[in-house]
Amino acid sequence: MSKKNYKLEARNLNAYYGSFQALKDINIAMEEKAVTAFIGPSGCGKSTFLRTLNRMNDYIDGFRVEGDVLLDGKEIYTKDVRVDELRKEVGMVFQKPNPFPKTVFENVVYGLKIQGIKDKKRLTEAAESSLRKTALWDEVKDKLDKSALALSGGQQQRLCIARALAISPSVILMDEPTSALDPISTAKIEELIHELKKDYTIVIVTHNMQQAGRVSDQTAFFYMGELIEFAKTKTMFTSPKHDRTQNYITGRFG
Amino acid sequence: MTNADKNRLKDKAFQVFGVFCTFIGLVVLAIFLIDIIIEGASRIDWDFLTSLPSRRASRAGIYTAWVGTLWVLVLTSIIAFPLGIAAGVYLEEYSKKTKMANFLEINIANLAGVPSIIYGLLGMEMFGRIMGLGGSLLAGALTLSLLILPIIIVTTREAIKAVPRSIRDASYALGASKWQTTWNQVLPASFGGIMTGIILSLSRAVGEAAPLIVIGALAYVPFVPTSPTDEFTVLPIQIFNWTSRPQADFLVNAAAAIIILLLITFILNGIAVYLRNKWQKRVKW
Repeated sequence: MSKKNYKLEARNLNAYYGSFQALKDINIAMEEKAVTAFIGPSGCGKSTFLRTLNRMNDYIDGFRVEGDVLLDGKEIYTKDVRVDELRKEVGMVFQKPNPFPKTVFENVVYGLKIQGIKDKKRLTEAAESSLRKTALWDEVKDKLDKSALALSGGQQQRLCIARALAISPSVILMDEPTSALDPISTAKIEELIHELKKDYTIVIVTHNMQQAGRVSDQTAFFYMGELIEFAKTKTMFTSPKHDRTQNYITGRFG
Repeated sequence: MTNADKNRLKDKAFQVFGVFCTFIGLVVLAIFLIDIIIEGASRIDWDFLTSLPSRRASRAGIYTAWVGTLWVLVLTSIIAFPLGIAAGVYLEEYSKKTKMANFLEINIANLAGVPSIIYGLLGMEMFGRIMGLGGSLLAGALTLSLLILPIIIVTTREAIKAVPRSIRDASYALGASKWQTTWNQVLPASFGGIMTGIILSLSRAVGEAAPLIVIGALAYVPFVPTSPTDEFTVLPIQIFNWTSRPQADFLVNAAAAIIILLLITFILNGIAVYLRNKWQKRVKW
């Protein structure tokens, strides 16, 4: 164990889709209750790495990992780790808002319901508290029994975050959560990330350099499946160590 | 005539040809319907629906035939739906994309193209003789289930495939198991498509005579079946039987029975269309 208690760690992590190696010898340690941004050009492996953190790649045929991924110092790729338990701890928000074609309320409490929680009062309380955390409560409190698909794109994405919060995870993974949203909705989500990092460890993949600069405490730059550089966001954006990082964040390629 | 004129002419010519092709099907159907209705509509009355078969055309009815058809429909549904939907779900959601899965897939598609009389022979041997069900309703329903299983499997898979990956991802990411995801998200979202497929497959089963004749369903059944082990007849067999008689009166009976059979088919197809529209409206991505 390292001196410091890291929330998420990868040690000598390699990942493959069939014979294609998507991640090469990744070593990284992310702090608790901080925002870590993954940046890099398309196909660099940042999304793949994000999805190894809650084992969302498990269902992809031919995908396999070597090395270790640790959550709170515990290996997550072992036989005795149950994927559903892991995902209660590590929530995820996707690129395109993907609410279920059900009511707003049903969306928020889905994670609790599949755990077998039926108590109406408890579900209602959980729904309200999650929706308040995402600043959505006032906007949707009269529409809880309306279809979630009737909400705007930005509201849908905040609903997806509320849905993830409802099962009380400690980590939230965000895969380009604002790339399908307009600037105002994007600003709201970024504001939300600032709020959430008081209680949650957040990992966000983004194509938007300014966004990484605005929301994250530390940034990891991936290129061709390798982790090129990992540093405090301020340090990386002012004095990157590697030329590649420099070129990417100044927009010379990507 | 300039080149442009020629092109315009060709364009027009093809349009006319296209309209002609489209209408051939409609016109044939219309002529067929009109002919049948003129011949048989006046024969349909309450007695026709509630009389047992008879050697005298004027006293013969289709009571046993339509009750048999309903029995077969219900039994076939009970047998084929769970099997077909479960197989479709397994192939689409669970099975790994291995060579074996590929092999299964191709063969299920092949099964859908096997002539129905072959299913009849299989049913006669397997259900009729080996399982000892003879020419009973159950043997008939099992045979028809085999016949429509491939169709149900294929349409179930198509409907499930249309559910976006992102919905499954969302469910998995919240800690749902594969079964919870399938049951709570994938099946409800594909319900309309699956129902449409199975109702269309039923309307095919309703019209089948050949496999049932092979397993030994009778043309003359002087009683209404009351249990799955009873012998039976169905509308298509009754129609077949009447059309092969020399007396003209029986042809009128056949026309009347065809109208009833078509009515059942149209109702089934109508339900399919209704369900499809209703569920498509509800589920939008």
